[in-house]
Amino acid sequence: MKLKKIAAIAGALALAGSLAACGGSDDTGSDAGGDKIKIGIKFDQPGLGFKEADGDYSGFDVDMAEYIAEGLGYDDDQIQFVEAVSANRETFLKDGTVDMILATYSITDERKAEVDFAGPYYVAGQDLLVKADNTDITGPDSLNGKKLCSVTGSTPAQNIKDNYSKQAQLQEFDTYSKCVTALQGGQIDAMSTDDIILAGYAEQFPGEFKIVGAPFSEENYGVGLPKGSEDRDKINDLIEKSFEDGAWEEAFNDNLGESGYQLPEPPTVDRY
Amino acid sequence: MDLFSEYGSAILEAFLLTLRLAVFSGTFALLLGVVLAVFRVSPVPVLRWIGAAIVYTFRNTPLTLVMFFALFGLVYQLHIYGPPEEVTLSLSEQNFWMAVLALSVYTSTFVCEVLRSGINTVPLGQAEAARAVGLTFSQNLRLIVLPQALRSVLNPLASVIIAMIKNTTVAVTIGVVTATGVNEASGQMRTMMENEPNQIVLIFIIFSIGFMLMTLPVGFLAGWASKKFAVIR
Repeated sequence: MKLKKIAAIAGALALAGSLAACGGSDDTGSDAGGDKIKIGIKFDQPGLGFKEADGDYSGFDVDMAEYIAEGLGYDDDQIQFVEAVSANRETFLKDGTVDMILATYSITDERKAEVDFAGPYYVAGQDLLVKADNTDITGPDSLNGKKLCSVTGSTPAQNIKDNYSKQAQLQEFDTYSKCVTALQGGQIDAMSTDDIILAGYAEQFPGEFKIVGAPFSEENYGVGLPKGSEDRDKINDLIEKSFEDGAWEEAFNDNLGESGYQLPEPPTVDRY
Repeated sequence: MDLFSEYGSAILEAFLLTLRLAVFSGTFALLLGVVLAVFRVSPVPVLRWIGAAIVYTFRNTPLTLVMFFALFGLVYQLHIYGPPEEVTLSLSEQNFWMAVLALSVYTSTFVCEVLRSGINTVPLGQAEAARAVGLTFSQNLRLIVLPQALRSVLNPLASVIIAMIKNTTVAVTIGVVTATGVNEASGQMRTMMENEPNQIVLIFIIFSIGFMLMTLPVGFLAGWASKKFAVIR
């Protein structure tokens, strides 16, 4: 009797499973038809790539991604955003999880060996975010004895400790938002990463923070593409077009205009 | 192989930090686990309730949350080290001890339950006989029941300790680093994966071997000890 019941439940589950699988295969079918473009962005970086509570996406990277996708001939509803955390970016491009990536993705020689890059579409620099009323932190070499926060696995904090302020104490978290919490509470004195990412947090909490404004590195943000992608030249053209027709500036002002951070000059696209 | 020339010393430092984390957490977890087990079998109802409350709370909360609470709750909100301006303890020490606290409390609940099942393997007649010759509750537990209980649960206890060694990786959520800024093993692994994305498989192998070097001896030692100290009945 009991066995029969279990068998019936198992049967029902199997049926439900196969139904769900059918629903799934319909979706992927349309993807394979080339109707959609899957773009990897950050979901957790306010002002750059952010998934809002209502499911919408916002940010500078998102607006640039939409501009490029439109230029490639995709409609708004054909764009599918996928979360690409830093460690996944190369893998996602290689295995086809995404078609391109705009996720504060710095162009480096190591990465160039793995994937192709269009752009750069933005030149960021490592900078410091401090509380708005802080006056004694003026740059990377004024951090001796201070507490500095960054995310695990990123180079900025180590760079400061090795090359600028050897007496700085490091706090590493797995996300930047934890650094922001600690900065608000006064447990750390400064956080460091690319200035445009910091601008996103300054925008999120208006008036609470300021960017020190002494960038000490150069990060060229590129559009990550699978190796040998045919769209690279086209995307480079589109990036240059966005500099000229004002779309680039608009994307910045819409997302980071209130942060107190000034938009730099557009970079030169590197057609390697 | 240039992975070793570039990161060799950092990998070693990372695993030494992980080992330090594991030794302190393991010691405190075993001690606290024994105390909790005594609480849970004690004749005093209040102690039994306290023991049960601690075990049910921490055994059923994800370690990530416990770890996160230790730093963001206890240190940032409740200021257990004092207000942020007056804390003199270095960040690396502060985070290290918070990780030890979280790991010890969390693991001690598992130690407690293993020990309690060990206590149940000691025949009831033993405790009754001990009481009959006039031993008090604490003498009974200390001299008769606990020694036998411990000896019968060495293997499951080793499993708990092995799990704890692997759980030290959760410390990355609150950023446990050495004074020179080297992460514990899982943070070091993330750093290397970020910097050398084309060597992920090799990095993965290095770190899993590193952990096996720490956990395998625990298992072997427990296997040997449980034979040597088996209770013959």
